[in-house]
Amino acid sequence: MSSNADTRVVVAMSGGVDSSVAAALLVEQGYDVVGMMMRLWSEETVAGGAHNRCCTPDQMSDARRIAAQLDIPFYVLDTKDVFRNTIVEFFVDQHRQGVTPNPCMECNRQIRFRYLLQNALALDAQYLATGHYAQVSQGDDGRFELRKSADNHKDQSYVLSVLGQEQLSHALFPVGQYTKPEVREIAKRFGLPTASKQDSQDLCFIGDNNYRRFLTDHAPDVMVTGSIVRKSGEVVGEHNGLVNYTIGQRKGLGLSSHEPLYVIGINPQQNLLVVGTAEELGRATLTAKRVNWVSGSTPPEPFRAEVKIRYKAAAVPALVEPLPDSRMSITFDAPLRDITPGQGAVVYEGDRVLGGGVIERFDYANQLTL
Amino acid sequence: MASRRRIYLDYSATTPTDPRVVESMLPYFSTEYGDPNAPHKQGRAAHSAVENARETIARILNCQPAEIYFTSGASASNNIVLRAAAWSAHQKGQSSHIITSAVEHSAVLRTAEQLGQVMGFDYSLLPVDHKAAVSAANLASLLRDDTALVSVMLVNNEVGTIQPIPELSAAAHRRGIPFHTDAVQGAGQLSLDVQALGVDFLSLSAHKFYGPKGIGLLFARSGIDLGMTQANIEPSLNVPFIVGMAKALELAYNQLDSRVNHFSCLRDQLIDTILSRIPDVHLTGDPVNRLPSNASFVFEGLDGNALVTHLDMRGIAASSASACKTGNPEPSSVLLAMGYSPKDALGSLRLTVGLHTTSDEITDTVDVLCEVVEKLRKLNREMAL
Repeated sequence: MSSNADTRVVVAMSGGVDSSVAAALLVEQGYDVVGMMMRLWSEETVAGGAHNRCCTPDQMSDARRIAAQLDIPFYVLDTKDVFRNTIVEFFVDQHRQGVTPNPCMECNRQIRFRYLLQNALALDAQYLATGHYAQVSQGDDGRFELRKSADNHKDQSYVLSVLGQEQLSHALFPVGQYTKPEVREIAKRFGLPTASKQDSQDLCFIGDNNYRRFLTDHAPDVMVTGSIVRKSGEVVGEHNGLVNYTIGQRKGLGLSSHEPLYVIGINPQQNLLVVGTAEELGRATLTAKRVNWVSGSTPPEPFRAEVKIRYKAAAVPALVEPLPDSRMSITFDAPLRDITPGQGAVVYEGDRVLGGGVIERFDYANQLTL
Repeated sequence: MASRRRIYLDYSATTPTDPRVVESMLPYFSTEYGDPNAPHKQGRAAHSAVENARETIARILNCQPAEIYFTSGASASNNIVLRAAAWSAHQKGQSSHIITSAVEHSAVLRTAEQLGQVMGFDYSLLPVDHKAAVSAANLASLLRDDTALVSVMLVNNEVGTIQPIPELSAAAHRRGIPFHTDAVQGAGQLSLDVQALGVDFLSLSAHKFYGPKGIGLLFARSGIDLGMTQANIEPSLNVPFIVGMAKALELAYNQLDSRVNHFSCLRDQLIDTILSRIPDVHLTGDPVNRLPSNASFVFEGLDGNALVTHLDMRGIAASSASACKTGNPEPSSVLLAMGYSPKDALGSLRLTVGLHTTSDEITDTVDVLCEVVEKLRKLNREMAL
């Protein structure tokens, strides 16, 4: 059994409180800790003055100072091109196809736990640690398990459901066993200067957090006006570009109707926005692709579990049926109103993540004959 | 990790202050702390220290003491001389023009750009060849009647190429145009004789030759009036640092031959072993006409930032033009100007030796570098970048 001092851990630092505390805890546990910050791609500036919320010189300076305080090496890894090519292009492309992607999940799959992990291993690290709120444990069979954070409100296991055995065998989530208030307390105990900072936001690469504005600037081709239709094909209005809408949206449709209408489908082939009643919005089934089973093996039979369809959604009971080609089908006990193609469908058994996939487009709109 | 002694090979970035220099500075912090401009005993003591330093420096630069101006460093000196040249020509009614090279330090290049793009002056950049050298013929073809100043560095900071300053200054003088050189990288290794170099202005920083940080000088030849006086350039004299700079310069030039011999032997050991042991690596700059302490390379397909990171983890301090603490690498503009591709210009590594470098350290460094290069090339293949 080697001691922690012989175990090198690269900790992904952002300058924020969670990753700073993660680094501090690892140092306290005696690991050979190396801080690393990814320089991701982000918009430099956008009209109106907002700019580059990610990896700013201030954040880098914060992370560098924390590393100096903890007396650990600190490096910035240039990740701009690979991030732009895999995450930003993916984000734009998915919107072009009428789905609402989850770039954080994709980033964990392709950037953090591939590009950064490989770079960490090349630095002779055994582990990559992040400030995520989730937990890794090893089951009786020796397999690694991904579990929810001790802080149910902050839990980030959803966006980590893309990790398999290989990645988990190298993953440490030092703050996962704490609640956010506890993490802030620990930050104070270590005298870390980030104890009162704001949490980071999604879509770190978008200057003003306005993804519609981002798409207008970076993919103007997706901003083509078209018809708003009912499932029947009846035209009820005009939309100003499909990327301006998500499933379940009610506001901003500009429709006059005696009953509330919601976006129930998006058809990029015909540039149609499909709306319907609350009843029509509800769905009890979905299929997902690119499914990752955390254990490394596909469950042989359908099974009951709890499923989350968005990061902030509750896990709800469902029947999960593994399908060939890394797909699965999910049937919920009760219909859900906000199943959104492109988001993750993550399967839980209690606090354990069994797996997850990307929700596929459904075929309301394709059935339309117009 | 065994705590092996770290190896420092970034002497061109900065050097440790020589203990003898520190010693020379100490009295001027708390014993002889007077203001050199004050008319009392403490003032006279401080004044005499400053003027002794000026004389020491003037002897080494082969100029008059009154031609030495103390500044906070070469960046400040460069800024002062470029701006003064541009504005004084402007005041004389000329639409003035500045010439500098494409491979200058940003303190010159950015100042020239600002003068050109914001303040309405005109500037031209001298091209360089594949070894980063500028030519007197190219300079002659860019000189104009309204050229106010030519500024070319003595030694390139990234690739160590020594520029032909005597020929360049002669070309400028044939048209009656003053010549400035940023000599910061050459100090302590090359002659700073301003008469032999033929320069009218010269910038230095003490921390490049085992002196303290935050002090430097500008040599400005008397008789060329750019409207500068010691009073307006030297507002408050930093006496201990001025004393330390003079001491450091004196130490360097008292034993110049042995220092240069020490540097160039280690440099050649670095260059020879790296080129023979590592595939797909190229020496950058001039193989012969280069700074004694500088070994600089381009590693094909590698990111200089990653090289520096991995060397640091293995206890070796090195530098890359594309490595910066923000992880926002740009291809080296020097290598681009020399004709390297943007991809190659990301893979630079600079190793610069110093007084404390040993041959064993060079051997260890090359061993580590071989492993690091192999590891990073393997990683790149796996990531298919």
